[in-house]
Amino acid sequence: MAHIRKAEGVIDWLDQRLAVKKLAKVMMTEYWIPKDINFLWAMGVVLVVLLKILIISGIFLLMYYKPDVNLAFDSVNYTIMQEVEYGWLWRHLHGVAASCIFLIIYIHMFTGIYYGSYKQGREMIWLTGMALFGIFSAEAFSGYMLPWGQMSYWAAQVITNLFGGIPFIGSDLVVWIRGDFAVADATLTRFFMLHVLLLPLAIITLVAVHFYALRIPHVNNQEAEELDFEAEAKKFQEGKKRESKVVPFWPVFLSKDFFVVGVFMVLFFYLVFYHYDFAMDPINFEPANSMKTPAHIYPEWYFLWSYEVLRGFFFPVGPIAAMDIGLAAFGFANVIFMIFPFLDRDPKVAPAHRRPRFKIWFWLLLIDMIILTIFGKLPPLGINTYIGFVAAISFILLFVALPFITKKDALGGTK
Amino acid sequence: MREFKILGVVIFFTLLVYWGVEPFAHSQMHPHVAPADFTFKDLGTLQKQGDPKTGADTFMNAGCIGCHGVQSQGMPAPMDNASASASFGVTPPDLSSAGAIYAENFLAALIKNPAHALKVEHKFNETRQHPMPAFYGLGDDLDQEIADIVAYLKSIAPKQMNGKEVFVDACQRCHDMKYDKMYTTSDRETLAGYMGINPPDLSMMIRSKGTEYLNIFINNPQKQLAGTSMPRVGLNEVAQEQVISYIEETGDRKKSQREAIGPKIIGFMLIFAVLAYLWKVKIWRELH
Repeated sequence: MAHIRKAEGVIDWLDQRLAVKKLAKVMMTEYWIPKDINFLWAMGVVLVVLLKILIISGIFLLMYYKPDVNLAFDSVNYTIMQEVEYGWLWRHLHGVAASCIFLIIYIHMFTGIYYGSYKQGREMIWLTGMALFGIFSAEAFSGYMLPWGQMSYWAAQVITNLFGGIPFIGSDLVVWIRGDFAVADATLTRFFMLHVLLLPLAIITLVAVHFYALRIPHVNNQEAEELDFEAEAKKFQEGKKRESKVVPFWPVFLSKDFFVVGVFMVLFFYLVFYHYDFAMDPINFEPANSMKTPAHIYPEWYFLWSYEVLRGFFFPVGPIAAMDIGLAAFGFANVIFMIFPFLDRDPKVAPAHRRPRFKIWFWLLLIDMIILTIFGKLPPLGINTYIGFVAAISFILLFVALPFITKKDALGGTK
Repeated sequence: MREFKILGVVIFFTLLVYWGVEPFAHSQMHPHVAPADFTFKDLGTLQKQGDPKTGADTFMNAGCIGCHGVQSQGMPAPMDNASASASFGVTPPDLSSAGAIYAENFLAALIKNPAHALKVEHKFNETRQHPMPAFYGLGDDLDQEIADIVAYLKSIAPKQMNGKEVFVDACQRCHDMKYDKMYTTSDRETLAGYMGINPPDLSMMIRSKGTEYLNIFINNPQKQLAGTSMPRVGLNEVAQEQVISYIEETGDRKKSQREAIGPKIIGFMLIFAVLAYLWKVKIWRELH
């Protein structure tokens, strides 16, 4: 047992028992981050802030929300939005943050892809990140169901139905997921449980693992320069701060992040107070009605690209039904990002602008996903279906081509 | 400089996605329709000058009060709500405020040919008659008689009404306003039979449809929802504005609070961002 002496103060008392000084060094003042970074490196901290907003607002909403098909809609739209003091604010914060967090996740993800921050030791960061993306998607989907509006109900109907396409077990699986033959009270209560308990637990755990996964391979930098962190940290500690290529997480890295968070929060609160329809679809302010199908059913914007991959295949090929091809493509779209590090055959870490073929591939992927997103919301009529089909096929082909393109870049050498 | 370039790229693609999934998608899903027409041009204008005194007699002789009440003039509805619902499918409106809230040419056209003025001719025909029979006149000039009735209704109408009163007279026969504890005066079962479906509760309509849509829809439902059994309401511009603000007060009661604290929180974050920037500059000064 450690020798305990009379404490000189609270910090010292804690330090003798919890080694808080060492902890602060490891976590903050001697956690080294490369200096050559831009504001895109602040997205992680923006995500943490948004996750905190979601958790805190969620706790307040949970105090009044009633997971029952007969009470849910009014508990949200009347009790929370009108009766509870500032209940509307918690709900707007929750809804808008849920949408914004996906925007930042996509920026964070594309930053990782652009700068090659997913390979050569950083695979676990990527894998935990993509697992987080998957669980966040489930969290968003289950949360969207809770107000029990028209879109809640019909999205639940359409999405749970997708599992019916899985061979052999499909129809049983749908019933198992719904807890009933149709989307009903049992469906709502179980998705409520997922939304407020199981998925948040998984998210918090995975976030911790995601952060931990950064410590060994370290954060990447703008030029993907391989740094000797120990040597650079030593320079910094010796006072050669200008010369050193690293900075401590606290206060240097975070001082920049606070500023980025501040700017982002101005936009965020503008959306919360004045421009929230994009995140809180008006159709969901109509109570769920199983007898009345909305004219247009579409998922939230962040699911549109994969939804369009599903919808893009609108004709059967030989004996395979259009629906089954779409489902296979949808499955492909949802797992392919997970194995990204293993599709990239170029062992060198470099930003896309130094990888001639990958650079083109990157921008094509981004544009294709934006086209998928936009057409994912449009009614599938006339020319829209063909554009959707071409974009969906292109998405798949881009990933099929990725190993070859990166291999070629590797052979050709980077600039 | 490089950071601004990157920021420009991020903003460009974010706005592109936003434009695609919001304004552009909505323009494709909800094609633009003509704005509300409070002159009810298709119904023409009132040609004759009506006389309220003559109108009062014509009104009594025409048999209006066989179905309608005029509470303000001491004429209660001839039937209670339950029996009226059972007879007509929906309770007939009390006419005390009709002259104040409906456009006069709409009222005239309605008296002459209800299904036409209400734009429900797709629902009613020779075999299924509209519950309100057309008025064929008392033998004199039909248009003059109608103009007199309209003049009479206008003369007895209240000068001032609030949004909730307009809702009671124009909407509540079919619609609930649950969040203000207002419920339809008709029997739900006969109403569902009459309309084909129970008309929706209007509590959250302001959030699900928005002011602009409601303004066009109430003025002419067929424009937004062809084939709907909801009749054209015929409210004049003032009354319709009042009823929409009542819908907004009920469905978006916290709007003023939201708009009041918005600038404060945004201002707080602006100050935070400026201070954070100054701190960042101070810390990074010795690093470059």
